Amino acid sequence: MTGTGSLAIIIGLPLAVALVFLALSWFERRSGAARGPGFFQRNGVAVGLYLIIAVGFWALFIIVLPQVAMVDMSFRPKLPPSQMGGPKDLYTLENYRYFLFGSTTSTASWNTLHIKAFFLTIGVSILITALNFAISYPLAFHMAYSAGVGRLRMLLLLLIIPYWVNEILRAFAFRVLLSSGGVVNKALLGAGLIAEPVDFLGADVGLYMGLSYAYLLMMIFPLYNAIESLDRNQVEAARDLGAPWWHIHAFVVMPHAKPGIASGCTLVFMLCAGALAAPLVLGGPRTLWFTPIVYDRFYQAFNWPQGAAYAFILLVTCILFVLTVLKAFKLGLGEITR
Amino acid sequence: MKPGLVSRLLFAVYIGAFFVYLLGPLAVMGISAFNTPAYPQVWPIEGLTLDWFGKLLADEDMMYGLRTSLWIGVLVVAISVPIGLAGAIVMTQIQARLRSTYYLVVVSPVLTPGIIIGISTVVFWREFTTVTGMKFLYDGIVLTVLGQASYISAYCMLVILARLQRFDRAQEEAALDLGASYPQVFRHILLPYLKPALFSAAVLAFLASFENYNTTTFSILADKTLTTILAGRVRQGTTPAISALAVLIIGATLIGALAYELVKRREDARAQSRRQAAAEAEERELAGELAGAAA
Repeated sequence: MTGTGSLAIIIGLPLAVALVFLALSWFERRSGAARGPGFFQRNGVAVGLYLIIAVGFWALFIIVLPQVAMVDMSFRPKLPPSQMGGPKDLYTLENYRYFLFGSTTSTASWNTLHIKAFFLTIGVSILITALNFAISYPLAFHMAYSAGVGRLRMLLLLLIIPYWVNEILRAFAFRVLLSSGGVVNKALLGAGLIAEPVDFLGADVGLYMGLSYAYLLMMIFPLYNAIESLDRNQVEAARDLGAPWWHIHAFVVMPHAKPGIASGCTLVFMLCAGALAAPLVLGGPRTLWFTPIVYDRFYQAFNWPQGAAYAFILLVTCILFVLTVLKAFKLGLGEITR
Repeated sequence: MKPGLVSRLLFAVYIGAFFVYLLGPLAVMGISAFNTPAYPQVWPIEGLTLDWFGKLLADEDMMYGLRTSLWIGVLVVAISVPIGLAGAIVMTQIQARLRSTYYLVVVSPVLTPGIIIGISTVVFWREFTTVTGMKFLYDGIVLTVLGQASYISAYCMLVILARLQRFDRAQEEAALDLGASYPQVFRHILLPYLKPALFSAAVLAFLASFENYNTTTFSILADKTLTTILAGRVRQGTTPAISALAVLIIGATLIGALAYELVKRREDARAQSRRQAAAEAEERELAGELAGAAA
C-alpha cells in the first residue's frame, strides 16, 4: 500500500461501514421493519459505545484490514523500503507467476517443486480428514449414544488431557516414538522383525501420523456434540423396523449429525493444510509440505510479497474447501460453527 | 437388542486401540522424562531421575519464553473476552439483513489457517505503524496479542452467544418495568447471567493463546514465546528436558480438569438441594393453603 492510499483505506473503510449501518437502521425504522428502542436507547450511551468500538476494532482492524493488506501486498513487487510508493510500486502478478513457473518473468518451465508440494499438502490433508473421521466416528457415537454417565465423564477427561498439550510437544512425542533410535524401532529390532532401524521420519510416516494425531480431537468433539442431540427413539424405531446397522448409521445418524461432520471435516482439513509445527518437527529434509515453503518465503528469502501471495493461495484453497463441504452437505456457515 | 459377544469384543479392542493411539505417545514421552539417558529413551530404564526437570527450570530462554507466553495469554484474555461479549450482544441486536454478513466476517478467523492470520497481522501493522508514525506499536507482543485475538475473540463470542441465546428477555423487561435504566440492566442482570460463560471464555482464551504456535511464530517478530523457543529446541535435537515440560503441562491440565470436575459436581449438588428445598417449600405452602381452606 502506498502512504496516502492506505491512510485513506484505514480511515475511509470504518467511516463507510458506519455510514452503511446508519443508513440501514434509518431505512428499517422508516419502513417499520425495526421496532422498539434504538441502539443507544436500548444499551445506554456508555455500553453502546463500548459495543461499537469493541466490535468495530475487532472486525475492521483485527480481521478485515489485515487480510486486505496481505492480499494487496501479494500483488506488489519486492522493493527496498526507499522505493515503496515510488514509480516502480505497481500492481503485478509476478508473485503468482513465481509460484507457477519458478521465475518472476519467464513462463518457460513449471515450478514443479512448489506445485507438487501444494497438491500433496491438499491431497494428504483430505486423506487425513477422511481417516480421522473413520477413526473418530465409532467412539463419538458410542459416547453420545450408549456410554453411561460415569463412563462418559471418564472418556471425556481422557480426551481432554491430550487436547491442551501443544502441537509441538505432540509432534515431539512422535519423534520420540518413531526416530531411528526411538521406541518403535527398538521394539521391532528387539523382536527380530527388522535387521536395521526403519527411517519412519524420512519416509514421512511420522509427519502423516503426527498430523492425524494432532487434530483427532477436532473431529471427535463436533461429532459427539452433533450425535448427542439425536433422539434415541429414531434409532430404536429404525432398529425395530429391521434396518441393518449400517442403514441406521447411513440414513439416520449421519444425516442428523451432518453439521458436526461438516464442522469436524473443515476444521481438520484447515488445520492440516495450515499446519506448521508438525512439518517442522517431523519432516525430513526432503519432506514436501506447503506451509514451510510459505514460511521460508518470509524468513529465508525475505520476500514478503511472494510470501503473501503463497499465503493467499492457501487461504483461497481453504475457502474453496469450506464452500465445497457446505455445498455437498447443503448447510449454512452458521450451522457448522456452532 | 443386545449386541453379540463378538461385536462387543471388537468394540472393546477398538476403544483400547484408540486410547493407546491417543495417550500412548504422551505416556512414552512422559516416561522418557524420568529416565537418565540424554536421548529420550523409554526402555531400558537406566535410572530414575528428576534431573531433566531441574535442567528445564534452569533453562533461562525457556523461562523467559514462559513468562512472555503467560503475559500474552493474560493480555489476550483481557482483550478477547470483552470483544467476544460485545460481538455476541451485537449479534443479537444487529439488523436482520446484516446478520449473516456480520457472522461471516467475525467467524472467518476460526476457519482461517493460523499462519495466514499471523502473516496478515504483521503485514498490516507494519504498514499501519509506518503510515501513522506509531512505530512503538510494531512490537512482537502487541502484534501477537492482536493476531491471536482475531480468532480467540470469535471462540469467546461463540461460547457467550450460546448462553446469551437462552437468556430470558422477560427478566430484562421486568427490571425495566421496575424502573431500572438500560445500563443498569446490563450491569446487574445481563452480566451476572453471563458470568459462567464469561469464565469459560476466559479459560478457553488463555489456553488457546498459551498453546498457539502458527500465528505466534510470524507475529512475535524478534521476541520469543514458550512455543517458538520449544520449536527451535525440538528442531536442534531431542532432549528429555522437553519431555519434562510436557509432563508438567499434562500435570497442570489434569489438575485443572479435576478441579473443574469437582467444582461442577459441587454446583450440581447445590442446584439439586436448592431445587429440593424449593419443592419442599412449595409443598408446605400448598399444604398450608389446603389446611386454611379446610378450616
